[in-house]
Amino acid sequence: MPQLANANAGVVIDRLRAWKSESVTQVIEYRGETTIVVPHRLLLATAGQCKTDPELNFDQLSDATCVDRFPNEPRFELNYQLLSIPRLARIRLRTSVSGQQPVIDSLEPVWPGANWMEREIFDLFGIRFEGHSDLRRILLPDEFEGAPLRRDFPVEGKR
Amino acid sequence: MTTVETAIGTSKTMVLNMGPQHPSTHGVLRVLLELDGENVVTAVPDLGYLHTGIEKSCEDKTYSQAITLTDRMDYLNPLGNNLVYCLAVEKLLNLEIPKRAQYIRVMMVELQRISSHLVWLGTHALDMGAMSVMLYCFREREEILKIFERFSGQRMMTSYIRIGGLALDPPAGWRELVKRFLDMMPARIDEYEELLTNNRIWHGRLKGVGYLPAETLIAMSTTGPGLRAAGVAFDNRKAFPYSSYEEFEFNVPTRTESDCFARYLVRVQEMRESLKIVRQATDKITDQGPIKSEAPGIVPPQREKMKTEMEALIYHFKIFTEGFSPPPGEVYVPTESPRGELGCFIASDGSPKPLRVHFRGPSFVNLQALPLMVKGQLIADTVASIGTIDIVLGEVDR
Repeated sequence: MPQLANANAGVVIDRLRAWKSESVTQVIEYRGETTIVVPHRLLLATAGQCKTDPELNFDQLSDATCVDRFPNEPRFELNYQLLSIPRLARIRLRTSVSGQQPVIDSLEPVWPGANWMEREIFDLFGIRFEGHSDLRRILLPDEFEGAPLRRDFPVEGKR
Repeated sequence: MTTVETAIGTSKTMVLNMGPQHPSTHGVLRVLLELDGENVVTAVPDLGYLHTGIEKSCEDKTYSQAITLTDRMDYLNPLGNNLVYCLAVEKLLNLEIPKRAQYIRVMMVELQRISSHLVWLGTHALDMGAMSVMLYCFREREEILKIFERFSGQRMMTSYIRIGGLALDPPAGWRELVKRFLDMMPARIDEYEELLTNNRIWHGRLKGVGYLPAETLIAMSTTGPGLRAAGVAFDNRKAFPYSSYEEFEFNVPTRTESDCFARYLVRVQEMRESLKIVRQATDKITDQGPIKSEAPGIVPPQREKMKTEMEALIYHFKIFTEGFSPPPGEVYVPTESPRGELGCFIASDGSPKPLRVHFRGPSFVNLQALPLMVKGQLIADTVASIGTIDIVLGEVDR
């Protein structure tokens, strides 16, 4: 089973809490993976800290995903897989936004590679990313209406 | 930034449309090129022509049913897609896979890597005008597809890797088949190198083209041979070993020039390293042994047992109708596909169907770097750059 460097998780949690105690609201350990839950207003700052802190050094964003927890609120759970290539460590940052106001800060200023990943989430889930340089649909046609990967959008489509 | 809507060019530039139907875009990729004469000012990729809603469809299927969908994303690496998905589900289930099944998985995935690189080399060379190489690469790839057909009944969409192990036992005589391929292949790779590596035209077309520094590539989330050709020796098989890769001896080739030619050298060497791994795997795989875990209710029982034992029949029925329910939770499994980091994120809500399946496709993420790569270059270099990223549109669009 791949080890996602659990030993590294303690360092990340300690450094983030030392930087800002409210940045880590919850830590989830599951199947050897560590998820750090971050309040959505602190996501951009925490992500920046993960990248710039020399002991954390998460220089690459591997993946950005959204999970629609409909009908639970907050509805949209955003998961960011971070990778530190020099330290060979991985961690997951998680935050949630509500269905009524699905807006979150874009992480493109921190990792430019977040560009297309966030465009995909915008396209398929309808979540707006503030500060994104080019937020528009990427996979679906521009005229498409709706956010198909939301749980209340039928898998057969609407026509 | 020029968008599709505003791509009308200025008085000095012209916007030309490349694709989606084009021999050199390696699939249905549309790129809008803003040109100043022959030089590219901006390139705007327009995706989605092969978007089939695979991730959404997976939510409507049980975990085992979704395996057949995974074949069709990166269609040059179906076994790799099967593997990353099954590893993620097995992680959710905390399921141990027998070593023999793991070794066979490694062997198949490395053969798939060679076949994917052969397609890459053949099509890349064809784009550059070296047409014979394409035929030679596809000739060797034919041998690999024959091996896949013997193992799984399918040349491409094998669905051979299943949750808990493999679909079928390796066929009789598989060892001779694979060894024959292993004996033939090194000389063939030497043939390709003889045609290309010291070829002045090849150098002219590829050296210095599509250069991006390592920091940019890391920031743009690029992984795979593109990153390794920039000197960053990151390979998920070594960094975060999965499926018994830690037991195999192989090198991770790197270069430093980070241009198309460096990426060519990295991939050719990767083919040789994959041959090493396959050879080690054929030695490690025992003639007899399990190909699946023992996990009643999750892994289907053997067909003979299903036909004679009541419990096995009931398990078979339950697995193929209702399916099994992993405990609620989320996992992300990163693997190394021929194109880079292929990851699978699965969120389970405790029901037999996944809540969310997301595939982190290296082609999608690596393609982000294309506009940076082609800025200021000639149109012909754009073709080289698209080829060097090695994209498969099935994975870009899903």
